[in-house]
Amino acid sequence: MRNVSRRAFCKLAGVTGGGLVLGFHLPANALGKAARLSGEYEFNAYIQIRPDNTIVLAAQNPEVGQGVKTSMPMIVAEELDADWQTVEVIQSAIDAQRYGRQFAGGSRSIPTRWDALREAGARARQVLLEAAAEKWGVASGECTTRDSHVLHAASGRSLSYGALAQAASQRPLPKTVSLKPRSEYCLLGTRVSGVDNPAIVSGKPLFGVDQVVAGMQYAVYHKCPAIGGTVKSANLDVIRQLPGVSAAFVMDARGDREDLQAGIAIVANSTWAAFSARKQLQVDWDESSAASDSWRAAKQRAAELAQITGQQVIDKGDTTGALNAATHRIDAYYSYPYVAHAPMEPQNCTAHVHNGRCELWAPTQMPQVAIKKVANLLDIDESRVTLHQLRMGGGFGRRLMSDFVCEAAAISERVGTPVKLQWSREDDMAHDFYRVGGFHALSAGLDKAGKLLAWRDHYITFSPDGETTTRGGNQHTKLFPHSKAKNTNLQLSLIQSAIPTGWWRAPISCAVAFANQCFIHELAVAARRDHGEFLLELLAAEDHHSDLVSFEQSRAVGVVKEVLHRANWQHGLAADHFQGLAFYYSHAGYFAHVAEVSVTDNKGLRVHKVTVVGDVGPIVNLSGAENQVEGSVIDGFSTAMGLSLSIENGRVQERNYHQYPLLRMRHAPEVDVHFIQSDNPPTGLGEPALPPTAPAIANAIFAATGERLRSMPFTEAGYSLA
Amino acid sequence: MDLTLTINGRKHQLRDLAEDIPLLWVLRDNLNLVGTKYGCGGGYCGACTVHLDGQAVRSCVLPAKAATGKKITTIEGLANGSEWHPLQQAWMDLDVPQCGYCQAGQIMNAAALLEQNPAPSPEEIDAAMNGNLCRCGCYLRIRNAIEQAATTMAVQTFDPNQATEELA
Repeated sequence: MRNVSRRAFCKLAGVTGGGLVLGFHLPANALGKAARLSGEYEFNAYIQIRPDNTIVLAAQNPEVGQGVKTSMPMIVAEELDADWQTVEVIQSAIDAQRYGRQFAGGSRSIPTRWDALREAGARARQVLLEAAAEKWGVASGECTTRDSHVLHAASGRSLSYGALAQAASQRPLPKTVSLKPRSEYCLLGTRVSGVDNPAIVSGKPLFGVDQVVAGMQYAVYHKCPAIGGTVKSANLDVIRQLPGVSAAFVMDARGDREDLQAGIAIVANSTWAAFSARKQLQVDWDESSAASDSWRAAKQRAAELAQITGQQVIDKGDTTGALNAATHRIDAYYSYPYVAHAPMEPQNCTAHVHNGRCELWAPTQMPQVAIKKVANLLDIDESRVTLHQLRMGGGFGRRLMSDFVCEAAAISERVGTPVKLQWSREDDMAHDFYRVGGFHALSAGLDKAGKLLAWRDHYITFSPDGETTTRGGNQHTKLFPHSKAKNTNLQLSLIQSAIPTGWWRAPISCAVAFANQCFIHELAVAARRDHGEFLLELLAAEDHHSDLVSFEQSRAVGVVKEVLHRANWQHGLAADHFQGLAFYYSHAGYFAHVAEVSVTDNKGLRVHKVTVVGDVGPIVNLSGAENQVEGSVIDGFSTAMGLSLSIENGRVQERNYHQYPLLRMRHAPEVDVHFIQSDNPPTGLGEPALPPTAPAIANAIFAATGERLRSMPFTEAGYSLA
Repeated sequence: MDLTLTINGRKHQLRDLAEDIPLLWVLRDNLNLVGTKYGCGGGYCGACTVHLDGQAVRSCVLPAKAATGKKITTIEGLANGSEWHPLQQAWMDLDVPQCGYCQAGQIMNAAALLEQNPAPSPEEIDAAMNGNLCRCGCYLRIRNAIEQAATTMAVQTFDPNQATEELA
């Protein structure tokens, strides 16, 4: 058992509403320091015990489909020995003072809260146990806890937590608490159905779009289809006369792209009135400062840049010399397009700005950032902005941005009433912060035995200013197998672009894994080696550059070995079925996939099965974990197969789902999920199972056809879903 | 225009509606039946699926006036009082949802399927569900949940007399 010191621990509240309210203020674990999206290291958990023995647990982070509204309270419940059947989960308030950082991003919820949530549960359990022991006049060491009760086995007595809550709340807090070893877990690692499922399946209001506020009006916000364009003039006099319309006005841009862009707000007495009025809108746009990018031109420019040397980012040894001396030299050029997040729930937010205050009802992954941005926008103190966190109909990184929250606040500020801003699907496609496209000119050299001598990656991405990489387009230098080649050379070239980009599920990794893991397969083919054997050998090879290592080799080898075993690699396959392998490490998770495909003579692709092995440490909610992996594989396949944005003249051409063919049920492969539950601290699952999917499928297509796909989406190479 | 719509067994009198308003926005904005979701506005994603006389329809492209005189069922009216519809039960049992936004539409589409075909094959399920997008990719669980619900419903409608005859 692990002892936890009393450091930074305090009781925040006493009895309210007849129940015990315990607040916990605890240091987060050391992993927090590595958090990409995290800057602070303290948070609070919140437990309420009602007299009827209902345990109310507050989920602190936003729920976007990643399952934390269920998994985070499960961690508290485990240490509390709460009966999950009587646990009620609520979404906590957004309050940096009480809860520290609250966000949904980077697969960080579980790793940053793991220790503190367990300690919160354990401390509450301890005071309840002591309260019972005192009542019975026995030593607390003789008492145990189970299913929200304290038990005294020797006398056969038991008391519910609800009955003990009042007494427990008067007790001094324990100096130390013990945490359970994994072998004693009853709840963690089991399959638990999501806490919002009853509301979801019965259509109860949950999501951003479901919010209703008394006196609320409905708004749309119309922006220039060429990103960044401003309004010269519009037929607003006509619009104001349309049925249901109460206001129509131009708003100038404020702040940066993530704040308020220029556009026209139409406010009406229903969503349909606002949508209908918008159809009558005639706008003369000023596009002098708008984006004028073209994906076609960018591809051409990248191909030119690939022919010349880029900016040197990492240069170890003599890559050129080693490539020239290699027995096998392999060169390949990989590319991937811009893609949209396209969550099912279009962006929306309800805002009420009044008396120097702002109240927000927002489906956002970054509630605390949204509060800051709105405070800035309205020029009021952050303490005057209240944000009610609502469940999100998907995010995939789109809702890390606060633009839609700022828009709602700005419109409400202008009209003075509560306003629900509703984006159309077309708005959502046209004004995303896209996953950036990119290009890799890769070269590698192998010796006679197939050992990696040299690795070169000239990465070509985009830049808003010609100097810095665009958001989500930065170069990963600590990427396998950079450390494995004595001669490693990483170059960077930038293409200037005004297309806003953002974090798309497993940012960077979601695209780079395709180039990286397909190219490793190309090396195995060149060396006439089995891919599995080659990959394992490369993973286990000596690290020449410790500064380029990002993960633990043994865990990587572990998932690759296990997936080869689970997928029965290259054995017993139907005559027309072929397998492909890929490994990737991202967001602290180790994943290896084997895809099994068949391809018809006319390039009809069927992915029959994807076998996945992951190591993210102990699993919190097995059902949620499997669901994330299944979804990540389907998302990865969907995107690799058919999704791309054809940007022309600064405009995204794809307007709705019929032009953006997300995968549908009939083409969903079987996903066989296995976890190696290592003793490492648990890490998140929203992202790391996605990156290996595309390369595993592309490698299987090569096995089936001999055709090497070096560009996504695969439909552009003539493949279709069979 | 004024309309009378019968939704989940209740008559609703609606006044001053736009002639072309889709059923979706009457449900959501006028009646606060928000379980039916807006996803695309073009009938591509199925998040807005409801039943019109038992048939699955996309309410985002169905003019509300076309629903007059017909029986409209939304997700809020699918359960039989306090008893879950077997699909709702299966959805919870198998922990189908991730974000959950599309699921009401998925369930309504599946309920219409099972009304017409109580024992669909996996291929028939795929074909019937093709119009319902799930961006989170919960398709495998959706398919399994439909199969589980079909089994539950078959047991519920089991007629022992008929079975005895068949066995004899």
